[in-house]
Parts: sequence; structure tokens; C-alpha cells
Amino acid sequence: MSTRQFGAAVARVEDPRLLRGEGRYLDDLGHDALAVAILRSPHAHARIVDLDVTDAVDVDGLIAIYTYEDLPPRLQQPLPLLIPHPALTAPVTQKILADGEVNHVGEAIAMVVASDRYVAEDVLDRIRVDYEVLPAVVDLEAAVAGGADVHDEVPGNVAAELVQTIGDAGSAIADAPHRLKLRLDIERSASTPLEGRGVHARWDPDDRRLRVHTSTQAPTSVRAAIATFLELDFAQVDVVVPDVGGGFGVKIMHPWPEEILVPWAARLLGREVKFTEDRHEHFVSANHERGQVQWVEVGFDDDGRILGLDVTFLHDHGAYIPYGLIVPIITSTQLLGPYRIEHYRVEFRSVYSNKTPVTPYRGAGRPQGCFLMERTVDAIATELDLDRTVVRERNFIQPDEMPYAFGLTFQDGRDYTYDSGDFPASMAALKDLVDWDGFPARKAAAAAEGRQLGIGLACYVEGTGVGPYEGGHVLVEPNGTVQVATGLGTQGQGHQTSFAQIVADELGVPLEQVKVVTGDTRRFPYAVGTFASRAAVMSGNAVHLAAKKVREKALQLASDALEADVEDLELADGRVQVKGSPDTSLPLSMLATLSNPLRYAFDEHAKAATQFAGPNDPNKPPVAEGQAPGLEGTDYYSPVRSTFANGMHAVEVEIDPATSDIEIRRYAVVHDCGNLINPTIVKGQVLGGVAQGVGGALYEKMAYDEHGQLLNASFMDFLMPYATEVPSVDIAHLETPSPLNPLGIKGAGEAGVIPGSAAIAAAIEDATGVAIRAMPISPSQLHELRLAAGGTT
Amino acid sequence: MSEELHEVSVTVNGALHRVAVPARRLLSDFLRHDLRLTGTHVGCEHGVCGACTILLDGAPVRSCLTFAVSVDGAAITTVEGLAAEDGTLHPVQAAFQDCHGLQCGFCTPGMVMSACGFLVDQPDADADEIREGMAGNLCRCTGYAGILAAVEQAAATLRDSGADPRERHSAFTDVGPGDRK
Repeated sequence: MSTRQFGAAVARVEDPRLLRGEGRYLDDLGHDALAVAILRSPHAHARIVDLDVTDAVDVDGLIAIYTYEDLPPRLQQPLPLLIPHPALTAPVTQKILADGEVNHVGEAIAMVVASDRYVAEDVLDRIRVDYEVLPAVVDLEAAVAGGADVHDEVPGNVAAELVQTIGDAGSAIADAPHRLKLRLDIERSASTPLEGRGVHARWDPDDRRLRVHTSTQAPTSVRAAIATFLELDFAQVDVVVPDVGGGFGVKIMHPWPEEILVPWAARLLGREVKFTEDRHEHFVSANHERGQVQWVEVGFDDDGRILGLDVTFLHDHGAYIPYGLIVPIITSTQLLGPYRIEHYRVEFRSVYSNKTPVTPYRGAGRPQGCFLMERTVDAIATELDLDRTVVRERNFIQPDEMPYAFGLTFQDGRDYTYDSGDFPASMAALKDLVDWDGFPARKAAAAAEGRQLGIGLACYVEGTGVGPYEGGHVLVEPNGTVQVATGLGTQGQGHQTSFAQIVADELGVPLEQVKVVTGDTRRFPYAVGTFASRAAVMSGNAVHLAAKKVREKALQLASDALEADVEDLELADGRVQVKGSPDTSLPLSMLATLSNPLRYAFDEHAKAATQFAGPNDPNKPPVAEGQAPGLEGTDYYSPVRSTFANGMHAVEVEIDPATSDIEIRRYAVVHDCGNLINPTIVKGQVLGGVAQGVGGALYEKMAYDEHGQLLNASFMDFLMPYATEVPSVDIAHLETPSPLNPLGIKGAGEAGVIPGSAAIAAAIEDATGVAIRAMPISPSQLHELRLAAGGTT
Repeated sequence: MSEELHEVSVTVNGALHRVAVPARRLLSDFLRHDLRLTGTHVGCEHGVCGACTILLDGAPVRSCLTFAVSVDGAAITTVEGLAAEDGTLHPVQAAFQDCHGLQCGFCTPGMVMSACGFLVDQPDADADEIREGMAGNLCRCTGYAGILAAVEQAAATLRDSGADPRERHSAFTDVGPGDRK
């Protein structure tokens, strides 16, 4: 038998190509394409009084300038509200180009098409716009306090208000022996992939067909959007995702204005057109996340058991709300983490501000929720003078309570029900990994040297593998190559490797024989997208099911050809063979040929499938009833509800008593995402997430001034961690399989980032004795807090 | 208003190119769009991310902060100039695959080129020195652990073979179990 690939740490098949510099990212395409540059608003809130292109039209190489008035009526319509919700009563979405008013710095006003990007930017410099600057809504609490409005039609700036409840939190808290009230805020940040957005479009006038490459996480939905706005049949639009230089959520947003404008211009001009976003544009015009102001009241007993929890928060969704209420709904539900909370009330308001719009960034509302919940549990432990792990353990949902239904509705509109998990085992593993019980001695030893150590931890549960579905297509070519396609796209997760592992196992072929294509609507037109840690769960199971169909067909074909019972056959080494006698076998390549009855032999191999070639029953149709030519199969995976992964992080920090510098000395992760397809890839996902979590805790925030100007819109000022800022990480994996899908897997993409701020805040608080109630935190902010608390400095 | 062009002669990965470019053309754009060597990536255009790192006369340089006209007469190595002619990976590239030092692959060419430059200066670097030495390039995917492990592995391989990290790998002289295409 072939070696089992599922679960093996095989090297990634995509790497050699990428390492040789042979990747094909968006800007590597279309060298001869016309270049787009976008005129963007320099103001957070303004009316456009006049736009004058007189000086711009003389620039050599200019092809066209388009403003809102130049667009056809369909393109003057607002961009879609992608995920409507009954509570979203005042939705406003962006226009493709600004229609007289701009609502955030970076909003698109005009599109320039020119011979190259240098010329296009020359043109931008010569377009004169007169603005009437309006008051900017920046601070969230001010936004809901009756000041200025972002949109005249939404006085008060609240797009939606949503309450969810379990039991009676009010009474439970009122009757509890202990109560605490806390405010726990998280600031704005962003995905910030190394590659920004980009779109390249080519209209083929002979085929009357559009081919669009775009750096997206949602190719099939981009295709639908382009067909809709350009009033084309879906059959006339192909969307292909090239190599994508990171997504982390931001590229799930679609259609960006440029994803409509560039194809439109390509068709109109009859030329290839390309837009490649630069870094400054990415900071102001690609979406952000995270910003929430949050309050919690908790009631608990003498043992630290939570009796009731009441959460209220404001969610900053920026100038527009294209993605609906997904992020705050995730916060509302997922903040409950691994805890059994029977009386719960959560209320949020989703609020407009004159800032870049918000859509999910890796973690998607969970880091905020985790910060709120875990800081609350820590506060309970402090109040009762209990060990923080003990309070957590007393509140854990136990393994024998799974599946555990909360009675809430999750972001997929389905029941919020945990399918599996063993939280006590995870906690035991974490305490062991970080030597939790040995910490007091380490702290005391350090203190004796005048050094300040602290330890913190945080737990989370993450809904992954969100529906509605994904599909897979598996086909064995007559040369034996196994072609696999799934519709969602890839941004570095190694899908070409992990999906190939799944298919290779099912068909008994070497990994090298399997070729996986993702994110190409020509190959698989039905898909939902890559988000919510769902690709491995959804497409992994879909290609598994499709491969099973191919396996069954191969067995049937071999059974007929070898005149053997299916039960006596097995797949191994690229062949179907009689069990125990590998000499009696047929290669999959031959079965692929035989599966397709031929009239014409185009090579020696194909002769075997022609009409006079071999034994066949002249009284039966060559393609049997219920069968189809080709050794291929298509199937879909569509779960009733999401599967829930979980994990726990512990962090040990050292604080410089003089400077308040924060150093991470130890970072431990216990992670449970069910069965692992490829442990190396999963570990990489977790490590990358931890780095983003550290960035979000200590370095990264979108610094807006009171006018809505983003003050740190460059990599010089927005401090993404380098290698020197990311600690070494110890990881332990638990594998509690999901009962919801055939492979028993759960998603892993977002996990690493979720508890970073919560755990690091806890460690800093433990080291300094200063309450940490908002993140991220810089050394200077910590210093101020220590001074205010009468610290020792 | 046509732009004045300036002829540049530059050797890239061993091949001499003579191209006329505007004075303001960035070396990164010149490599990517004029020579179509798209392995060199652009992540920020302000010299912070390091994705555009190339070797200019043997030293790592940010091609997004360099004008093409300024490299007249120089020799450049890009990521395309490292693997053997038959595609066999250079020891640094091979180590990145072995150690899962890449995910999306966008920062990777810059990381690889920086590592090649770094290992010339500090062939015996320890783990701390490697962390410091690689701290001029941003990666948003990996959390750096795989990258640092890869540079450590590559350093050992190159010490053993004595090869100059900046030279194109030769599959004929260094064939070993680690070689692959």
C-alpha cells in the first residue's frame, strides 16, 4: 500500500516554484496593460465642490479619466450590502466612485488610465479638486452622543443594534455574591498582507469574454459581481486568482471599486488594464478591523463560577458597512469561549465613523471578545485571590457536555453549538508546557535580582468551517495525472499540498501525481470563499468526497475489465489491483482511458478504448446507464453548522522597571483543531497567527487624529513585527476530531492571533500590578499607567 | 512632454542588458517590468519591507529605493539567479522549503536574497545573530520561526560546501540528498 499522506508533515509542493521567483502574483501579469491610478480623498469627510481636469489632459500617455458622472447607470449604483441582516436597519454602502461626498481618507473619487503607473500618477497630481470640508466623526463614543453625522440619512450614526440573550443575566448578576464592572477596549488594526490589492482585466472581443485576475479571497463572488455590474452573462466572465501575497481577511471584501472599474475600462477601451495598489493606498483604502469599545458586568460566586454576564459594546465599522454585522456578531457569541455561561446578555451597536470601512481581519471580532472575557476571568481571580487557571477550570464546559448548545445564533445564521473539545485537557497541557506551577519561583528569583516577571494566559474557542458549502472536482487524465479543482482561493495556506494529500490517500497515488487548482472559475465555478478558517474543512472534505466517487468508479471499471468482484480489488501505487495479487491490475491511467469509449485512437494507449478493441457486450450501451464518460467525480460538502476549534496561550513577560520596555520571554500554545492534515502547515498557521497577535498587542494600531487623518499610513510608522519582535513559541497539539465531517478536521487559520492581546495584557498586569484594560499597549503607555498607579519608577 | 531616456548597461544574473529608461524609473520596476524578472517583489516602495531586496555588486540592496539609471555598469543577482540551471534549488532556497520558511511566498525572494547577503558577512552566525541579521525584512505569514531555522540550516550547508551564497547553485558539483527541483 502507498504511505498514508493525511497527517504526514510532507514538504509543500508550491515551495520550489515560489522560491525560484516563479510565482505569479497579480502585478507579475499584464506587463503591457494600461495602468490605473485612483484619485483618493485626502479628507475624512467633505463635499466635492468642483473637480477640474484641465491641466491633466495634456499629459503624454494619458488614456482616460473617469469620474462618477462618466460611469454608466449600473455602475452609479452603490456597491452591494453583501450580508444583509434584519437588525441592520440603516445600511450605507460605497459608490464605485464618490458621488459628490467623501466619507473617509482614501475613498475613490476618479480613475485615471494611462500608459504606465508613473504617468497615471502624474495625471493624478494635475487633477484639481475643491472640497468643502465637513466635521469628521472619529471617536466612537462621540459618534453615538449626538454630534456630527457621517451620513445625513443616518442621524446618530448607528447602523444596527442587536441584542442576544441566554437566561436572565440581569437577575443572575443582581443576585450574585460578587459583581465586577470593567471597560475593555481594543483599537483599530488591519490585515496588512505584504501584497496589496490588484486587478488585471482583459476583454477578448472575438470570444466576447472577460478574463479577470484579482488578488481576492472570493473569486466566484467577484465573478458574480462583475457580471451583474457589467450586465454580462456569467458565462462571459472568468475570474482567476493568481498567487496571492497574503490575505488575512482583507481580501474577502469584494467587489472593491477597482474590481468593477478595471474590467469595465478594459472592455470599454479594448485594452488590457491593470490596477496595482501601493502601500499607502492599502493603508487608507483597504479595509480595517478590531476597533471596539466594550463594557462588561459579571456576577460570580465565592468559587469564581460565573453566574451572569452582561456585555455592551460599540463596533466601529467605518464609513460604510458592506459586510453587514459579521464581526460584531462573532464578538457577541465567541467571547463566551470555553465557559459554561447560563445567563448572558449582549448588546452591540454598529457605528459609522469617517474612517476606512471595516470587514473581517484574521480572528474577526474574536480577539476583542477574547480580550473582554479573559480579562474578566482574570479580574474574578484577582478579586477572589484564586489562581487564574483554577477559575477557568471551574467554568469550563466539560468534554461529556459536548455537543454543547448555548441557545444563541452564530455568524452563519445557525445554532451556536460546540461540536467537540476537551478544555480541561488543553489547560493541563498548557500548564505543563509553560511550567505554570514553576512560575512563582521564577518570579521570586527574578525579583531578587530586581527584575520584574509576569505570566498570563488566555483561552478561546473558534467557530471554523463555516458553510454554506464548498465543492471539489477530481479527474484522472489518461496520462495518470490526477487533476483536482476547488473554487475557493489560496493565500499561502498550502492548499495545493494539503488537498493533494487528501486525494492521494483516497486514490492510492503518489502525491506528485496530484495537481490542485484553486480559485479559478474556469475550473470550478461554484464556491463561497476563503475566510473563517474554512478552506481545509470545507474544500478538504469536498475533494475527499469527490475523490471517493472517482475511487468507486475506478473500482467498478477495473471490476469489469479484470472480471473481478469490487470487494476483491484495492487501489495502490496508482493502480487498481486484485488484493494479494498485484500482478493482476490496471493502472488508473488505463482506467481513465477505458472510462471514455472512443471511436478514434489518438495514441497507442487510446486504442484500448476504441469500438473494436476488446471484449464488450454489443447488446449494451457503451456508456452504461447512470454512468458518464471520464474517470472523474464532483461532490460538495455542506455542513449543518460550524465546527469549533479551541486553544489556550500562556505568555511570560519581563518588564524593565526603569523604561517599562516589554519583553516576551516565553510563549506557549496549546491548539486543538481536530485531526491534522499536515502538522507542518498547521504549525505554520499557528506561528503566523501568534506573530500577528503579538503585533496587535504591542505594536500595531491605526492612529487617527481628530480630523480622521491616518497618521501612520506607512510601514515606517505602523509597526509590524520583524523577526526581532516575535518570540520563540512552544506548541502542543491536541487532536479532538470533529464529529461533523468525514475527515474529523477543524479550521486552523485564525487561531493563533485570537488570544494574543488577552494573554499579553494579563502577563503585563501580573508583572506590574497595573490593571491593563485596553490594547495594544506601548512601553510609554505602560509607563504612564505605572506612574498614574504610583508605581516604583 | 516625452521623458528623456538614459541607456543603462547592467548584468543581471550573468546576462548583459542594455535598456533605455527614464531617470525616475525604479530599479524594482526595471527588473520586474522591463526585464520581466518578476521574482523581485514590491511590498511598500519605501524601503521597509525588504521584499524587493536584490544583490547589487554582491551586497543586498532595496531595489525600490534605487533608480535604474544608477546601476549602469553594475552586476545584479535576483532570486531568479540562484537555482541551478536545471532548477535545483540553491541551499538557501532548499532550506526555506525544508523549514517551512514561506507561506504566501511574497516576502520570500527578499528573504532569500537578504539571507544570501547576510551569510557572506556572517557565515558562522548563531541563532541570535541570524535573528538580528534577518530583521530587515517583513513577513506577515510565518511568524519568522521557519525563516530563522532555514537560514541556520543554509548556513551549515554552505559552510560544509564552501560555496559563495551569492553564486548560482551548481547541481553538478553539489548533488546530495538535499538537492531537489
